[in-house]
This record gives sequence, C-alpha cells and structure tokens, in this order.
Amino acid sequence: MYWKEFMHQCAEIGLGSMGIVVIISFFMGAVSALQTAYQLTSPVIPKSTIAQIVRDTVILEFAPTLVCIVLAGVVGSKIASELGNMRVSEQIDALEIMGINTKTYLVLPKILAALLTIPALVIIAMGLGIWGGRVAGSLTGILPPNMYDLGLLENFVPYNVVFAMCKAYTFAFLISSIPAFYGYHVEGGSLEIGRSSTKAVVVSCVAILFADYILAALLLQ
Amino acid sequence: MIEVKNIKKTFGDKTIIDDVSVKMDSGKCNLIIGSSGSGKTVFMKCLVGLFVPDAGEILYHEHDFIQMNVQEKKEIRKQIGMLFQGSALFDSLTVEKNIMFPLNMFTNDSYRQKLKRVNEVLDRVNLEGANKKFPAELSGGMKKRVGIARAIVLNPQYLFCDEPNSGLDPLTSLVIDRLIKEITLEYKITTVVNTHDMNSVMEIGDHIIYMHQGLKEWEGTNKEIIFSKNDKLNEFIFASEFLKDAKDMRMLEMSGKIDNDRDMDDIMNNDAPFAIE
Repeated sequence: MYWKEFMHQCAEIGLGSMGIVVIISFFMGAVSALQTAYQLTSPVIPKSTIAQIVRDTVILEFAPTLVCIVLAGVVGSKIASELGNMRVSEQIDALEIMGINTKTYLVLPKILAALLTIPALVIIAMGLGIWGGRVAGSLTGILPPNMYDLGLLENFVPYNVVFAMCKAYTFAFLISSIPAFYGYHVEGGSLEIGRSSTKAVVVSCVAILFADYILAALLLQ
Repeated sequence: MIEVKNIKKTFGDKTIIDDVSVKMDSGKCNLIIGSSGSGKTVFMKCLVGLFVPDAGEILYHEHDFIQMNVQEKKEIRKQIGMLFQGSALFDSLTVEKNIMFPLNMFTNDSYRQKLKRVNEVLDRVNLEGANKKFPAELSGGMKKRVGIARAIVLNPQYLFCDEPNSGLDPLTSLVIDRLIKEITLEYKITTVVNTHDMNSVMEIGDHIIYMHQGLKEWEGTNKEIIFSKNDKLNEFIFASEFLKDAKDMRMLEMSGKIDNDRDMDDIMNNDAPFAIE
C-alpha cells in the first residue's frame, strides 16, 4: 500500500511536472544562447565560447535552481493544498483512527518521490536547456550546430554536474518537506488552505535561494 | 464496553473536559449531547485517541487505552469505526475503493473477497450499485451512508459517530439514525454518537450523557430526559417556546389533566400559554 502510494506520487510529481520543465528548460537554454551571443561582441573570443557559457550556466544554475523554483510553485502548492484539504475535511483523522501512521503514509512517499523524480527532472532540464541553445543558435544563424557541439566539449568540468545534483537533491527535499509541513498542520477552513499553500511556496522559494547560496559557498570554493 | 474514568483535558489554561466519568455498554447507542463548545467533540476525540487526555483512564474492555503502547493501540484502532461530521471520504477514490481501504490496510484477503465484503456493507446501508461513484457525485445522506459502510467494513467492536445528522434534512437524518441503531443491535457494538439533534436523542438514545462547559451534567435514557429536573438540560432541550409548550402538554397528558382531542383543541384554540399547576 505504501509502495503504491510512492509510485502514485512519483507519477504525480515527476510526470505531472514534465510538461512545464520541458518548456522552461528549452527556452531557458535558447534565450541564454541568444543573450550570450549578444554580449560577446569581441572578435578575439571564439564563437564556440557561447556553447561553453550556455552549458555551464544551465548545468550550474538554471537547470537545478530555476527549475526547482518553478517546481516549488507547481509541486509545493499541490502538496500543501492536498494535505491541507485532507486535514480540514478530517481525512487525516480518519486515517489515524484506522491506526495508520499518517506521516509515514502521506508525507514520506511525497518526500521520497520528490527525491527520486526531481533530480531526474533536473537532468532532463540540463539536456533540454543545452539543446535549446543549440536550436536557437542554429535558427538565428549565430552559431552553427557543429561549432556549438565543439564548444560543448571544451573545458568541461564533470564536477559541475555533481554540484548540480547536490543542489537538486537538497532542493527536492525542501520542495516536498516544507509544503508537507504547512499542509499537514493547517487549521481552519478553505481560506487557511489557500494561505498555507501560498506560504509554503514562498518559504520553499526563499529556502531554495538560501540553500543555493550555502551550497555554492561550500562546494565551489 | 467503554469505561471512562475521571478524564480531564485542557488547552493552555482553558479546561475543556473536567473530570468526566461514564460507562458505555455494548449493544447500546450512547449519545453525548450538549450545546456547541460544551466539550463533546473533544471528549469523543479523547475516546478515539486523536487527543491525549491530561488525566484519567479510558478503558476498552478493561484495558486502558492511554497506557497502551503503539502496537496495542493499533490493535484497538482496528476495532474502531468512525463516521465523521463531513463523512471524511477520500475524494480521489471511488465509493468501492473508499470502503475497501481499511481492508487493503489490515487484511490479506484476495481482491474478490474484499469486493464481496464491500458489496455486503454497501447492501447493508442500501447503496447497492454505487461502487464506481466518486464522493463528489453523492448527496450528503449518501456520503454519510458510505461513511458508515467504511466504518463497519472491518466488523468493529466500537462505532463512533460525530454529528451524523449535521447538514441533513429531517427525513434523511431519521434514516441515518435508524441505520446506526440497527447496526448497533445487529453487530452488538458499542456505539457512541455525538449530537445536538433532539430527534436523534429521542429516536436512538439508549444512554444519554449531557455535557455542559466540560462537565457531565446529566446521564439517563431517552425516556427519562423529558422529565429531567436538571435546569441546564431543560434549557438545552427546550430551547424554544414551542418545545417548552410541547413538554408542558406532555406533562399534562401524562398526569391525566388532558386526555382527549377535545381538550387539546381547546388549548390550541385558546392561543394562550399553559402551565402545569
């Protein structure tokens, strides 16, 4: 039963957020490529540098942080309102009276599912962001695809991906646990569910930005 | 049987339940009545373990629920069914899945066996064929009946109903009351009903506990409640002038001072309040 709930949450959090992640990642990479090209006007800097900059900004910041901030809104509000509604309509009480540990049954699968699916979404976002930059460069004629591919292979630091994954796991935990806390402890009616949902998203976003700074300070020295 | 001994519950410096003791027998509908804020919901939540009392004992067949460890409490909870005020059905699940939920959690039965049991309890609450409906598609009365079906699917020893008639019309309330009464007798379970509906009190109240400001103010049966001398209880029951008059009329009838339709007509046509001499 708990396994079933875990799989259900994986589908809800992972597959449910796939659409928005795909759109954001693609355009984030595309815009990043165009703006980098706009700023790199010096003839001494090779055009392939654009690909390097897109790659590193997408891997280091855009894919983990930007995507997770969007997911804090999408997934966070959903978790907070779902649990809040269950609390207000006494569904959580009903589960407790049945002898079910509601934190284990309702909260834990959400956190575990987020820890599994959000890093996977971040990896997808990395790939799509870099591809978005390639497509934009090619469509506008700023950077031919072969030169973009060449740039991607130059000065690649694998540690950047490890750092991005550290961020993804940290943010995944924040995105799922903070809204779960606010939703689980709602008191009152539908107005309070809305309030707790908004509060959960705001606190999650702030926590993500704060954690982003801490992780960068600790791991990029 | 449930025996409550001197339980006390406070929130901050406010005492909600103050030294309440009561014995609730099996096969009977035990009603907790009282006005809003009298502490009856907190009392019921203490009984089912949603709140932990600050003092006292709650004995389920002579075993103190408060002192039990997690595993023992889990075993007792399997024997508890509860109908919530808002039914508390899981919105995302169909009627069938809602009722099957406790079976999935606590039995190793095959799907076929579980479905058979679900259909049995659905028949019992007169909702045969509603298996595939979602809670949003049900009326208030139907939701309550699904709630009852879910509460009895594991053959509980104890049934708790929190305001089973709230939001229902008088006729549907009567259906729910009678269903609760029938199930209590059929399964010989200890039923505890939280209500302020006087129709329910008169219909199913085998044992009534009246609570006022956290204290047990009165205890008796539905036969005794009408003739109670307790002022606070009378104030609660006969809240309107109409009910007060109805009581006086009943007293006159019982004492033989009015005994036929002609006297009744005189009283009604007189349009004047009457009192017992």
